Amino acid sequence: MDPVVSVRPLLAVLVSLAVVPVLLSSGGRPNVREAWTILAGLIKFGLIVSLVPGVLAGREFSLTLFSFAPGADIALRVDGLGLVFALVASFLWMVTSLYSIGYMRGLAEHSQTRFYCFFAVALSSTIGAAFAANLLTLYLFYEILSLSTYPLVTHHQDEEARKSGRKYLAYILGTSIGLVLPAMILSYNVAGTLEFSQAGIFGAGISPAMATVLLLVFLFGFAKAAIVPLHAWLPAAMVAPTPVSALLHAVAVVKVGAFSIVRVMTGIFGFDLLGSFHLGYPVAIIASVTIILGSLIALSQDELKRRLAFSTVSQLSYIVLGVALLTPYGAMGGILHIVMHALGKITLFFCAGAIMVATGKKYISEMAGIGKRMPLTMGAFFVGSLSIIGLPPCGGFISKWYLALGTLQKQSPLLLGVILTSSFLNAVYFLPIVYKAFFHGPSGGKGAFSVTKEPLMCVVPLLLTAAGSVVLFFWPQLFIDLIEIGLR
Amino acid sequence: MLEHIPVLLILAPLLAAFLVTGLAWIQSAYCLPLALAGLLGSLLASIAALHQVMAQGALSYEMASWPPPVGIELRIDLFNSLVLVVVSAVSLINLVASWEFIKREFEDRKETFLALYLLFVTGLLGVTATADLFNLYVLLEITSLSAYALIAMGPSSRAPLASLHYVYLGVIGASFYLLGVGYLYIMTGSLNMGDIASLLPAIWSSQTVLVGFVFCLVGVWIKMAFFPMHIWLPNAYTYASMTASRVLAPLMTKVMVYVMIRLMLTVFGAQYIFRVLDLGPVIVWLAVLAIVAGAVMALVQRNLVKMLCYIIVSEIGYMVGGAWMGNQAGMTGSILHLINDALMTFAVFLAAGNFAFKLGELRLENLRDLFARMPLSSAGFVLAGMSIVGIPPTCGFFSKWYLISGGLQAGQHAYVAALLLSSLINAILFMRVVEYAYFGEVRTGHGHHGGHAHGGEMDEAPVAMVACLLLVVASLVLVGLYSESIVSGMIQPFLVRSFV
Repeated sequence: MDPVVSVRPLLAVLVSLAVVPVLLSSGGRPNVREAWTILAGLIKFGLIVSLVPGVLAGREFSLTLFSFAPGADIALRVDGLGLVFALVASFLWMVTSLYSIGYMRGLAEHSQTRFYCFFAVALSSTIGAAFAANLLTLYLFYEILSLSTYPLVTHHQDEEARKSGRKYLAYILGTSIGLVLPAMILSYNVAGTLEFSQAGIFGAGISPAMATVLLLVFLFGFAKAAIVPLHAWLPAAMVAPTPVSALLHAVAVVKVGAFSIVRVMTGIFGFDLLGSFHLGYPVAIIASVTIILGSLIALSQDELKRRLAFSTVSQLSYIVLGVALLTPYGAMGGILHIVMHALGKITLFFCAGAIMVATGKKYISEMAGIGKRMPLTMGAFFVGSLSIIGLPPCGGFISKWYLALGTLQKQSPLLLGVILTSSFLNAVYFLPIVYKAFFHGPSGGKGAFSVTKEPLMCVVPLLLTAAGSVVLFFWPQLFIDLIEIGLR
Repeated sequence: MLEHIPVLLILAPLLAAFLVTGLAWIQSAYCLPLALAGLLGSLLASIAALHQVMAQGALSYEMASWPPPVGIELRIDLFNSLVLVVVSAVSLINLVASWEFIKREFEDRKETFLALYLLFVTGLLGVTATADLFNLYVLLEITSLSAYALIAMGPSSRAPLASLHYVYLGVIGASFYLLGVGYLYIMTGSLNMGDIASLLPAIWSSQTVLVGFVFCLVGVWIKMAFFPMHIWLPNAYTYASMTASRVLAPLMTKVMVYVMIRLMLTVFGAQYIFRVLDLGPVIVWLAVLAIVAGAVMALVQRNLVKMLCYIIVSEIGYMVGGAWMGNQAGMTGSILHLINDALMTFAVFLAAGNFAFKLGELRLENLRDLFARMPLSSAGFVLAGMSIVGIPPTCGFFSKWYLISGGLQAGQHAYVAALLLSSLINAILFMRVVEYAYFGEVRTGHGHHGGHAHGGEMDEAPVAMVACLLLVVASLVLVGLYSESIVSGMIQPFLVRSFV
């Protein structure tokens, strides 16, 4: 690796933070405000894209902002893994901003300026987490992300929203302060550094028992990854406006959780240490339990967003499972799933929101026949479902393919069985929705849907992300290359 | 001139206090500028002192040119120069922030308030700068007496009683301290800190020295409101005038923590404290109690200021525990937290004062929709709260890092657990306020505008109050980001002799 000092990662982090005062001052003029959001999104994405050629050429962009202690500075470093995550998050932020215009105005939501401001702060912290050079910096952005998302969860300001907000913080902040913070300080006391490196930071200075405890504390401490039994905040957070559920609770926030676990396993412990202490398998089992349970619970949910949320719980653990296999294909599949699941799941959420804007319907049982009124939306829903199930021609197939290869490398038919079973369950809970939407009549007799046309600002983004899912099936190479560089 | 800096920084507010008292009869309009000038003088002198200490080591000043150990010595080293800057800065900023409030609350008595305020600050600066144990007692009593009076002047009818309560305990605390100093004087024949420090090792085994130390310690504990000796604090700071609480709450307890650490490291020495005495584990357990009890009691309060007071009780536990951990990380955390907590407490009290300026009594229910009315003050409050919870990059996180690290190194897992628990409880406390202030039910339509006592229109505190709050909140982040400079530039060099 060829280290290069660069301010571009910092700018990429700060762009969306810098736009906040502008958003505040243009609160009275919604069109100007949204134009700024999208402009900031474009600049952010542009900056992140501009890092791609360098990283592909083997450079590592880095910048130390503040020193705190040796090996625990506040510092940014762009490697393949971080870049993959940042690309996806910043691209989807632009799309979500478009979608937010259709959704928030369509439902005449209040406090829209606050909504866009905290969204921008959340994106700053997401990119910061992606580019964090060490665990301390990652923790910093992780915490800011938790706090900046709280006002979005509580957006509706009614008792249900406040309750969900409390639950959200209790889980997320409770685990990060109660578990991650002491584990991080303990790791620093043992290793003298928190800098991510492929070899791990501990060397020979840690006993198997302590490594096991630390790993488990990190695994459950990053509760944004929604590992069972710390998943309950995610369905509760669905009370937020749909753009929040779509970008933050299917992509940015939850994947910062999964990404943090990936970083801890690859950069703090290192595959060699995990392998020699046989720690991969227990983590894989915990992830498998989450995968199966999440899918099973999703089956029984009638509220569409809740079904999607439990599906997310399940899919997030694919990422953890993949890395826990400790094989090249497994890690590739796990990290690739960050990308593939993001595109698929955000499409599904966009569809759920579009249906809500157009018809006010939230429950799956009310959605029979809706495909005739909203063909584009439900078509995209079908594509998103295929991607989550892992069928061609959608991106989800690629990541699941690698995951399956990973289980074969690991020679574990059990884990292969987990992946296949869950894919089957995904099909069972998604495909009937699509089938009924197109082939059943509305349950309340003819004309139960008052919708005349699909809301444009909602449909364009969801078609974009659905198309993105398909594109990723045919051209996943960029991400595969970046991940390979990141894992090298 | 430059060699007189240590005494100037104490004399400036003292002189201002006398002049303010006199001027009040002649031309009261000059009182505020004069007080501000006195405090500004202190601030500049302490910054100059800090600068000199960084450049050339500790400053020693012989009062009236009497050489120590007979004469009184002022001694400014890396540790107290930092504390002096914080004390003088906080008291200056608070006066700027609170002047509108003071005028409204005290009307014709505002000069009296000013004089007491200046005496209080004089005492604190003196306690921090002196190297003489008896002189420290005298200055401590100046501080305490002015604090009693400041509290008793409060607008609440319960203020005099709260102050009286404080007087009883404060006097007991002072007596303990004085007795302890008396024992030490009997044994060593000296009152100068450095001199005693050189005489003590020969008589470490003496029971009298032990009793002297314990008496001093208990006296200081009462004054710093270390649980269960905290009972005077919540009422005193809640029923005092907000303008007084804003300077009492951040400074008084923290300066007493400074005195404790000074006694431990400079007078008795780390060797005696951590090797000869074996009190560390016991006192850390007391700190655990303080942390948990403070947090739990904060949880049941319905009054915002009282809630903040119990958070102070909890934070005192952090610092006492860290100081007695017996390792460098714990002591570093304790000293860093002393600075940070002074700033954090100051910030939340400034914000609470802004709220009180507009709302009167600060029951949690009164805070509904506060954000719409006072967006800047509310934002400042939340950021300061984040620092108290310990969210990076605010300063509270970094001192907590060292405290936890010290606890882990010493194997004091109960302390670490208590610290984490209280952080979580703090998070609940502040989120509860946020829920009231930011996320009340949305009002639809315009039916509530006009005629409604808590309407949604913006009604922010005066500019000076808001500006000071935002300045202090910004300092929380800056101090956090530059923790490393404070730790490696000042705290670690100070500790290097104590922890080898």
